[in-house]
Amino acid sequence: MNEHEAVISVRELTKRFGTFTAVDGISFEVRRGEIFGFLGANGAGKTTAMRMLCGLSYPTSGSGRVAGYDIVTQSECIKRRIGYMSQRFSLYDDLTVLENIRLFGGIYGLAPGAILRRAVELLGRLGFRREARTRVGALPLGWKQKLAFAVATLHRPEVVFLDEPTGGVDPVTRRQFWELIYEAAAGGTTIFVTTHYMDEAEYCSRVSIMVDGRIRALGTPAELKRRFAVGTVDELFRLLARGATRSE
Amino acid sequence: MRTLLVLLDKEFRQFFRNPFLPRVVIIFPLMIMFVIPWVTTLDVRHIDVAVVDHDRSQTSRRIVCKIAASDYFTLRGVEADYGAALRRLEAGDVDAILEIPDRFERSLAAADPEWVSIAANGVNALKGSLGGQYLAAVVGETLAELACERGETLPNAAPIVQNRYNPTLEYRYYMIPALMIMLLVMLCGFLPALNLVGEKEAGTIEQMNVTPVNRWTFALAKLIPFWLIGLVVLGLVMIVARVVYGLAPEGSPGAIFLAAALFVFTMSGLGFGVANGSSNMQQTMFVMFFFVMIFILMSGLITPVESMPRWAQGLTRVLPPRYFVDAMRALYLKGATIADLWVEYVALTLFALLFNGWAALSYRKQR
Repeated sequence: MNEHEAVISVRELTKRFGTFTAVDGISFEVRRGEIFGFLGANGAGKTTAMRMLCGLSYPTSGSGRVAGYDIVTQSECIKRRIGYMSQRFSLYDDLTVLENIRLFGGIYGLAPGAILRRAVELLGRLGFRREARTRVGALPLGWKQKLAFAVATLHRPEVVFLDEPTGGVDPVTRRQFWELIYEAAAGGTTIFVTTHYMDEAEYCSRVSIMVDGRIRALGTPAELKRRFAVGTVDELFRLLARGATRSE
Repeated sequence: MRTLLVLLDKEFRQFFRNPFLPRVVIIFPLMIMFVIPWVTTLDVRHIDVAVVDHDRSQTSRRIVCKIAASDYFTLRGVEADYGAALRRLEAGDVDAILEIPDRFERSLAAADPEWVSIAANGVNALKGSLGGQYLAAVVGETLAELACERGETLPNAAPIVQNRYNPTLEYRYYMIPALMIMLLVMLCGFLPALNLVGEKEAGTIEQMNVTPVNRWTFALAKLIPFWLIGLVVLGLVMIVARVVYGLAPEGSPGAIFLAAALFVFTMSGLGFGVANGSSNMQQTMFVMFFFVMIFILMSGLITPVESMPRWAQGLTRVLPPRYFVDAMRALYLKGATIADLWVEYVALTLFALLFNGWAALSYRKQR
């Protein structure tokens, strides 16, 4: 496996809902082990694009490959190799932490022994040991998000897609969450993350900024700041988003 | 296979952890079985009758006595003229009027006898028509008795009707298998639909859709629990029918459970498919109500299919409960066997495959 090979590559990816073009011909590549920040204002089309990459939504036109498979014809193969954490918390509230881990581990075909080992390791790392038998619905939001991330990476996916993972989470937990992301990236997992926090964008290896369904800027944070002559990613975002014609 | 077990484990845990569902599944059928057989009876009793007796003979008095003594009638009075009786009918005081003409008794011996007239209030169609028929029967019976006492036989003696399989025409015995079917329609149709659409509303279905889980496995894991629940409920209500109403199935319980298993699978497939097509609870509920209404009213559960118009009878052939209703009544009351009912079993099997195939195919992980 080559360090610089593209894990995600997308050509002219477009999604239309009736006359509304949510994603308008975007093209980009994400390399193995990168933390790729997928930025954009509300309604810019980030979630729609991400759903196409995860095999939840068919593109209207254009093509893409994730982990070596075609997003239209081989989406079930992609699903074995990716993890996904949606914007809405979507683990089972009425199951315990351990039961959720067992459920998804089982679905990804991990052996019961392996699930247990990883569960113990994960719970230890998250500081969740004592909550293993707590129902997920009773956990505070920050904990839920960390758990959702743990479940999304349980089967050691090649790529993990995170849709606003830190929305509504306190700064301390946000910090811890990014440590988890770094750990996963260091282990070779490619991270594809959307966020509205521009300080988080500074942590990414590369970022893209979407405006009205198109990618307006793509590069390392340092590169982009130089090119657009701004001090921070935050300023860059404001500069580009000002031109947006649509909002949520 | 292991994925299926993992998913089933999840479904059962969620079911038993739900504060509401396990209770509904037990209490709802018990309530229905304890209450409804007593109230849904088409045996009409206590029909209010007024008699207009112009004859005042021994025969007419005998008829009046018989009406007064019968449990089916409440004699509201003997009126002097028809107008007075009609006013009471219009006031809603009485349901039916029996008018015995003048010289009724004497005319009976003649070649061309006078005949009684009966007027019934048709607003309550069932009570009116049955009331009229019962009155006519009482008059006929009285005349037969009188003739018998005189040592004669009436030339047109009424034929003897014997009701096979339900000798006393106990309406409850007719209703109980129907209630079992209604329960299965409700529970096994609604519960899977609400379960799946609940996952849609909670957003958890999305997490499932992004995993490599096979859609047939997922569908099966959603359907199997309700299959079992349906059969457990059926067992429960069969026990109630036996203990409370003394109604044991004439046919083999195995054949009953086989038919029920096929039917329940059909219903839960329908519920699953409807939930796939709807985006929220309200939509699911309305569409399911539509199906359930049609199933209950058109499948011969309450009114016989044979008395429906031709086109409607044709329509009932595509309704799965129609076959189940026929099979259940035959199994429960007549002691039919699977061999007798092979058409019904084949039809139910086809419906089960069709509905579940549709359910699994309409479930899409990618749109």
